[in-house]
Amino acid sequence: MKAMEHAQAAEAFIRDEARTDWHDETLWFVRQKRDLAAQGLPEWEQLRDWASGIKNHTLSNLSQYLALFEENALKNGIKVHWAMDAVEHNQIIHQIIKEGKICRMVKSKSMLTEECHLNAYLAAQGIEVIDTDLGERIVQLRKEAPSHIVLPAIHLKKEDVSDTFNEFLDTEKGNNDPQYLTESARQHLRDYFVGAELAITGVNFAIAETGGFVVCTNEGNADMGAHAANIHIACMGIEKLIPKAEHLGVFLRLLARSATGQPITTYSSHFHRPRPGQQMHLVIVDNGRSRQLGRADFRNSLKCIRCAACFNTCPVYRRSGGHSYHTAVAGPIGSILNPNIDMKANADLPFASTLCGSCSNVCPVKIDIHEQLYKWRQVLVKEGHVPSSKKTGMAAMTLVLSKPTLYRLAGKMGRVALKYAPFVVNNSLNPWYKQRDMPQAPEESFREWYQKNRK
Amino acid sequence: MSSKNRILQATAENQPTLTQLPFIDFDSLIQYPDPVAAFEMVLKKIGGEIIHFKNEEEILKSISKADQDGEFVLNTFRQQEGSLAPFKNASAVELAHLNRVYLCGALGVAENGAIWLDENAMVNRLLPFITQHLVLILNAKNIVATMNHAYQNIRVDESGFGTFIAGPSKTADIEQSLVIGAHGPRSLTVYLFHN
Repeated sequence: MKAMEHAQAAEAFIRDEARTDWHDETLWFVRQKRDLAAQGLPEWEQLRDWASGIKNHTLSNLSQYLALFEENALKNGIKVHWAMDAVEHNQIIHQIIKEGKICRMVKSKSMLTEECHLNAYLAAQGIEVIDTDLGERIVQLRKEAPSHIVLPAIHLKKEDVSDTFNEFLDTEKGNNDPQYLTESARQHLRDYFVGAELAITGVNFAIAETGGFVVCTNEGNADMGAHAANIHIACMGIEKLIPKAEHLGVFLRLLARSATGQPITTYSSHFHRPRPGQQMHLVIVDNGRSRQLGRADFRNSLKCIRCAACFNTCPVYRRSGGHSYHTAVAGPIGSILNPNIDMKANADLPFASTLCGSCSNVCPVKIDIHEQLYKWRQVLVKEGHVPSSKKTGMAAMTLVLSKPTLYRLAGKMGRVALKYAPFVVNNSLNPWYKQRDMPQAPEESFREWYQKNRK
Repeated sequence: MSSKNRILQATAENQPTLTQLPFIDFDSLIQYPDPVAAFEMVLKKIGGEIIHFKNEEEILKSISKADQDGEFVLNTFRQQEGSLAPFKNASAVELAHLNRVYLCGALGVAENGAIWLDENAMVNRLLPFITQHLVLILNAKNIVATMNHAYQNIRVDESGFGTFIAGPSKTADIEQSLVIGAHGPRSLTVYLFHN
């Protein structure tokens, strides 16, 4: 839920300078690992092209693929549910829990359930879901949201995790060893796995041709839950479809390399039929995706495979932290997906970017992220979702830049002010003065210099 | 109108003009002069171990010699199906104390060290995940170059469940420090035979 705009939240985040630097460097390190992995494959750019082409094709035929996928999934014995929005998604899951009289349930990582605020919905009904991804369990215990879709606890230091585990898992106070802390979480969560009656997972890819779906993890938590429990519910957005199993050959080569620099995740599990005696449910969710499909400028954001490469490379994300985006999916991709879900609430996000284009360069499915950020800004201004100070500023800028005389006068005034009366600009009324010094004013403008030196 | 129909209708109305699927040209994929060596190198990099055997008999000998005093060990390699039947529908509670499991992999992938196995080879879907230590037995002949090649050689829906396993379970969720042994096995050893 939004407590403040991105810029305000980011200002709070960067107050701790050492931690900001650590966050920035750690994510850049992940980006470098991605580069090494990508450079290890001569066909990398070809793979990105294919992935983009397969997703474009799928989106252009999505209704048919959805129908085909359902037909095949039903033949496989999977129960298929459809949800228009987050509320319906949550109600469907709640209903399955009620019917099964379930008390003990585990959930592996699913950004869709975060988007739908499933945990909060179920908690309001008195139902507790245990998150089993280590990073998600850490933030769940701290009553926080994940700050990154692949590395949910990347905003925390090991000391924070140690304190949290000391409080909830009774680990030694002050023992910050990641090995020790991970082992403690393993023991703590194992009891939940073994006792689980129901397991909720996300979906990385759904295969239209075979009616099955693929879930990727490193920890093995999705499999531990899904194979232990008698009921498995998998949740997916409509954009997770791919036409054929052979296309996984392209996507699984790109996903982990783009995400963490690994050649593949430890587990890439293909679910097609429930095991004997098990119920397997699949919830297919729209929640604004079909609307995004209709926006020509923004539809290809639906190609996203949630690798988070755009987060790790983004200079704004790295220095503002995931929570400042106040949405389930943060970072550059979140900033083009979220205005579709709620334009007013997320109008600040497309402005949380320098438009440097690094996100588009690393995207494994070639989404033109920075161009869409720019286009969202135009839409948001037109729809009146931008603060009037920004509009007034832009109008003043337009006036000055369109009148040469005015422009030259303004430039001269600026130079004079910086030289003789720096206090006029070096004060808290000037947002450019925040955290940076104003530049030394040159003696003359380029135009004046050019007129003198032209030969 | 049902949610299904509303979603299908909205999707049909909003999807753009049909584009063609790209042609996947296998000639442009990476080629390894020695796929087995590449497989071994990547496997070690991702935390796996590998032991080479001349043939299957040697593996069998090694498994029967292995120290198994009092530990819960399950071997599926060259076992009568009947002897494994009790484990087929065993619950997580019954399998919680499994220490070591030997399973047969169908295919290995040189570029990432992953091994495919399906439900038939697992006996029980939980086995490769719930055990503390996992051994996967693989024929070196069944190593292909890339995931593109892998999907040419398997049918993902032949059984109800199948998975690629690449190394032991791991996490780096605490300060990006790699820790082996998250929720699944703490170790993965590949027994590779070459006959």
